[in-house]
Amino acid sequence: MGENEVRALDGVSFSVEKGEMISIMGPSGSGKSTLMSIVGCLDVPTSGSYLLDGVPVEKMRDTQLADVRNRKIGFVFQQFNLLSRTSALENVLLPLSYSGLGPRASREKALKTLERVGLKDRVKHHPNELSGGQQQRVAIARALVNDPSILIADEPTGALDSKTGAEIMELFQSLHRDSGQTVIMVTHDSFIARHTDRIIHLADGHILSDAPNPNPLKAGALRPDADV
Amino acid sequence: MLISQNILTALRGLMANKLRSALTILGIVIGVAAVVALMAIGNGATSSITSRITSNGSNLLNIQAGRSQRPAPGASFAPTYLTYSDYEVLAKTLTDVVGIAPAYQSSYTVTAGIQSSRISVTGVTEDYLSVHTYVIAAGRGINANDRAKMNPVAVIGATTATDLFLTSNPIGQKIKANGVTFTVVGTLVSKGSSGFTNEDDIVCIPLETGYSKLFGANAVQNGQKTVNAISVSASSADTVNAVSAQIEFVLRHQHHLKPADADDFRISNQAALLSTLSSVTSTLTTFLGAIAALSLLVGGIGIMNITLVSVTERTREIGLRKAVGARKDHILFQFLVETVTLSMLGGIIGILLGMGIAGVVTALGLITAQVSLSSILLSFFFSLAIGLFFGIYPAFRAANLHPMEALRSE
Repeated sequence: MGENEVRALDGVSFSVEKGEMISIMGPSGSGKSTLMSIVGCLDVPTSGSYLLDGVPVEKMRDTQLADVRNRKIGFVFQQFNLLSRTSALENVLLPLSYSGLGPRASREKALKTLERVGLKDRVKHHPNELSGGQQQRVAIARALVNDPSILIADEPTGALDSKTGAEIMELFQSLHRDSGQTVIMVTHDSFIARHTDRIIHLADGHILSDAPNPNPLKAGALRPDADV
Repeated sequence: MLISQNILTALRGLMANKLRSALTILGIVIGVAAVVALMAIGNGATSSITSRITSNGSNLLNIQAGRSQRPAPGASFAPTYLTYSDYEVLAKTLTDVVGIAPAYQSSYTVTAGIQSSRISVTGVTEDYLSVHTYVIAAGRGINANDRAKMNPVAVIGATTATDLFLTSNPIGQKIKANGVTFTVVGTLVSKGSSGFTNEDDIVCIPLETGYSKLFGANAVQNGQKTVNAISVSASSADTVNAVSAQIEFVLRHQHHLKPADADDFRISNQAALLSTLSSVTSTLTTFLGAIAALSLLVGGIGIMNITLVSVTERTREIGLRKAVGARKDHILFQFLVETVTLSMLGGIIGILLGMGIAGVVTALGLITAQVSLSSILLSFFFSLAIGLFFGIYPAFRAANLHPMEALRSE
């Protein structure tokens, strides 16, 4: 390692309550990716502490982290990251295959989750037979299938046109509103961030601001010209 | 994650890249096919040589005239001979012997009607056929009466019979050699020999008939009737060496050799020849197998190479799998299953190809290749081991990828 210590995150401290929907905002290099990988248990902080459901994560070994990711974290990525040669159903089954659930129960659960994201009639389709929005719905179903404590979305509308993006935001909002799903949205886009209840601004590894957003935008709202 | 699910995933991945998978396993296929085919051919050669030697009787000792080493300076260079009286003395003195057969052999153009063939005509005693494990197919053999009366009779080998008489029955027919007419009284069962000389191309006549009518002055040296060889059949494999020592003792005395003189005859032992030859062929087989195994190793490196490329290509997939909860051992296992599936597939195709090559070699009549179960099992498990061995490094690389970095890779 280099001799100069680089602190991707420094003195960052916040807590998220169950059922909250928040945004973490910041330009590239602000540390939001590092923050996301720590919150998502892909990485552990070199110092400091992270409690997930009251359990400290920073001292866990690799296998324990993998299990935590499997049960408590659901990821949604900008590029969907679906396995291309497998059907929507098999993509949703992927996390269950690592959880030790039996094949029949897994299938039932995956089908139910796909229905929840509105893809009941697309379960046999492969990713290249689905539109971008549908692919992202498959990815959301995959994230939700193990009933995670946190749904982490990394620029979930970044690869979609604005109409489809609005539909995906509507899906996130309804999951939050109707099922009390905790959602953490990671984005550099303030318009997307304004759809959530609370916005944390990061810059250079520090928290600039952490403020509630009392009147979140409804999905489908028009993007102000200044943001385009 | 279930093994069957893993294998299914692996197979699907392989099917999606058919050409690449085929090229990847090509090395294993060629290696395994070479092992199976070469071992089969080697085994075939070994058993053909073995059966040829044992068909002569493995307790057989063969005595021929001649020095096995150069005579000492000043000693006689005179040619040496085995004589008929050597045979008579041996027949009287040897113990633990079931048969002793002298033979005088000379080549003639033998004719029967319009057919003719260059064949070695062998003057024999009544013991000859049994000592050399010939079996009478039809008619009778040479007996003591034929020798005593110098009957012009002949017993002919299977090849000779077809060469001279085509499909007609040779018994009772006449054959001519050097102007002398013989009546065929018996035919021999084919020894089915494959190799250096054809033991089925033979004409046997009574030894005394030969001396008096056919062989002429060549067969007599210094007033003694000579023989080309004396074959002795020992009573069992255990007595072969003792009989050999007796022969040496008797013949040295008979030939008036001084203690310092070298033997002027050679005793060759079929059993010793057999063990020498089979050790040579089995060494050759092992050697061929080892060369083939090297190509298996090269095939394994090919698999490792492609798997490394595959790990790089699928970095995002690995990152994703880790993000949704795959542990290191899940990823490790997934890639190992893929390489083992590849190498086993290569192994199976290679075994079938090797058996095919062995079959073609046999069908062409070159050699009767014998595919052994052990070579099949060996190459199958060897290819499996190669898949494991060469899969471990790429699989470890995949398993140790950092999930966040893997997800961000392009």
